[in-house]
Amino acid sequence: MTQESDLSCQGLVRRFGAHTAVDHVSLDVPAGAFFSILGPSGCGKTTLLRLLAGFDRPDEGEIRIRGQRMNEVPPNRRPVNMVFQHLALFPTMTVGDNIAYGLKRQKVPAAERRRRVAEVLEQVGLPGLADRNPQELSGGQRQRVALARCLVLRPTLLLLDEPLGALDLKLREQMKVELKHLQKAFGTTFVYITHDQSEAMVMSDQVAVMRAGRFEQVASPEQLYREPATPFVAGFVGDNNRLSGELVGLDAGLADVRLPDGTRVRGRLAGEAPAKGAPVALFVRPEALVLAGEALRPDYATVRTEVRTTLFDGANSRVEVRHGDQTLYARLPQDGSAPRLTEGSTLYLAWDPALARVFALGEP
Amino acid sequence: MTRWLSRAYLASVYLLLYLPIVVLVVFSFNDSRTGYAWGGLSLRWYQSLFNNHAMVQAMWNSLWLALSAATVSTLIGALTALALHRYRFRGKKVLNGMLFVVMMSPEIVLAISLLALFLLVGIQLGYVSLLLAHVTFCLPFVVITVMARLSGFDERLPEAARDLGASDFTMTRTVLIPVIMPALMAGWLLGFTLSLDDVVVSTFVSGPSYEILPLRIYSMVRVGLKPEVNAVGTLLLVFSLVMLMLSQWILTRSKR
Repeated sequence: MTQESDLSCQGLVRRFGAHTAVDHVSLDVPAGAFFSILGPSGCGKTTLLRLLAGFDRPDEGEIRIRGQRMNEVPPNRRPVNMVFQHLALFPTMTVGDNIAYGLKRQKVPAAERRRRVAEVLEQVGLPGLADRNPQELSGGQRQRVALARCLVLRPTLLLLDEPLGALDLKLREQMKVELKHLQKAFGTTFVYITHDQSEAMVMSDQVAVMRAGRFEQVASPEQLYREPATPFVAGFVGDNNRLSGELVGLDAGLADVRLPDGTRVRGRLAGEAPAKGAPVALFVRPEALVLAGEALRPDYATVRTEVRTTLFDGANSRVEVRHGDQTLYARLPQDGSAPRLTEGSTLYLAWDPALARVFALGEP
Repeated sequence: MTRWLSRAYLASVYLLLYLPIVVLVVFSFNDSRTGYAWGGLSLRWYQSLFNNHAMVQAMWNSLWLALSAATVSTLIGALTALALHRYRFRGKKVLNGMLFVVMMSPEIVLAISLLALFLLVGIQLGYVSLLLAHVTFCLPFVVITVMARLSGFDERLPEAARDLGASDFTMTRTVLIPVIMPALMAGWLLGFTLSLDDVVVSTFVSGPSYEILPLRIYSMVRVGLKPEVNAVGTLLLVFSLVMLMLSQWILTRSKR
């Protein structure tokens, strides 16, 4: 059953003393997929990647690559290559020698090596740079050399450890798109770890959201965004507003929530239904919030808020408001339809209950 | 006025520093037998130097000793630096501190304790005792030079090499050693010059079977300044200048 997936892990555990960095993680990555592991720093994603690369061994569980057990295989014998966070290009070698390093270890003849290095440099868009030193290249070019150094070996699996972290914002946006194109062009399975949710969302076919050593949810980016499985995923993936209250009623999957000031709002219940009166959190995205004054459908939920400030950022402009002691953000349409908002004025925000999600706050 | 004064001051400083050396070089070509009067240009002292069999032997001995001491201390020092850099072990701090103790302690103390040790263990004073002593005082310099280089070393490089299919041995050969090579060369050159001109420690631990150049010069000077000494001094000066330029060249080349 694991035959069609390139990477399959069962119940991986890695402990450091009393701390469990990776806690019973299982995953399956189909061949040719772009799989991201997204989580805040310290969630164990780097430890997990090092287990996959072979720099560390799991205390429990099994790693299989194309069906082959990998637990005891040292890193230099795994069909896996890794792009490091700070790239780790060899400073004493030229770009060409860096890329040829792995081929040389495989005893590929010199002529063949030269041909393949030239070919892969062409593919990553750096033709003719083989004789340069890595130090002479720009950040984006070094990035591509690090990728080429791995891809030239045609690994089954390519691991990427936040490789875009060192780049400036503009270049990062550009490299995101380019990485995705390169992945499609080579057809290699990518396992990409990052704490930047936008990197994970833009590039991935599948994203695993990781927290405290465990996977909270594994899903496509769109599903993560629309149907987060846990409050953590709802808060971590994309911008979200959170309103705390208590559950007062349930009706066909829609939960009625009473906010601290007595306002009753609605949202779709996620997961098991908690008892009435249980503490819940309602999440609603800034773009799902409608500025009232527009024609509202009667089934919309509405809260009364006070305007704090407007944050202009082109298409991303938002208004910051307060409801009681909870802060909310709503997207401001830039087509001229937004009302003039002054600090302290009252603003009603409404949403379609189907676009809001309610989570029971049993476990943290 | 002040400008003139400051220039005069600078000139006097340089004069004091370099005049003795210039005098030494000039007088090594002096034809006169006494060291104080100019008797015309000549290479006779160089000639008599090379005809002096004991002197030439001492030169070769010194050169061989410096070569072997520098090489041995570079090997041990590089391994020590790697261990101190890479591993955590019991007594690491003590080992680190001991290196500085060896470096900072007065040479005479080191000399006496080494002599006592050799007599106690029963090592005959000669090439072996000299080599051990020279390796001892060269070692900290090599370790510190190599450690400085390693402190800027990206820990991911060995992992990247392993990841690309290199065994530990191949990784060391192709990644680690090239990176620390400039430090190894600098450490070696440092050890070489330290060993070549050491007098204090060598006086204590050398025996009659193995005479080295600094001690030979020292004993020559004690009975009166012979013009051959100027010639030896000039040769040493040229030699160390060449070494200095070599090390600078290596360092600037590695900085690319």
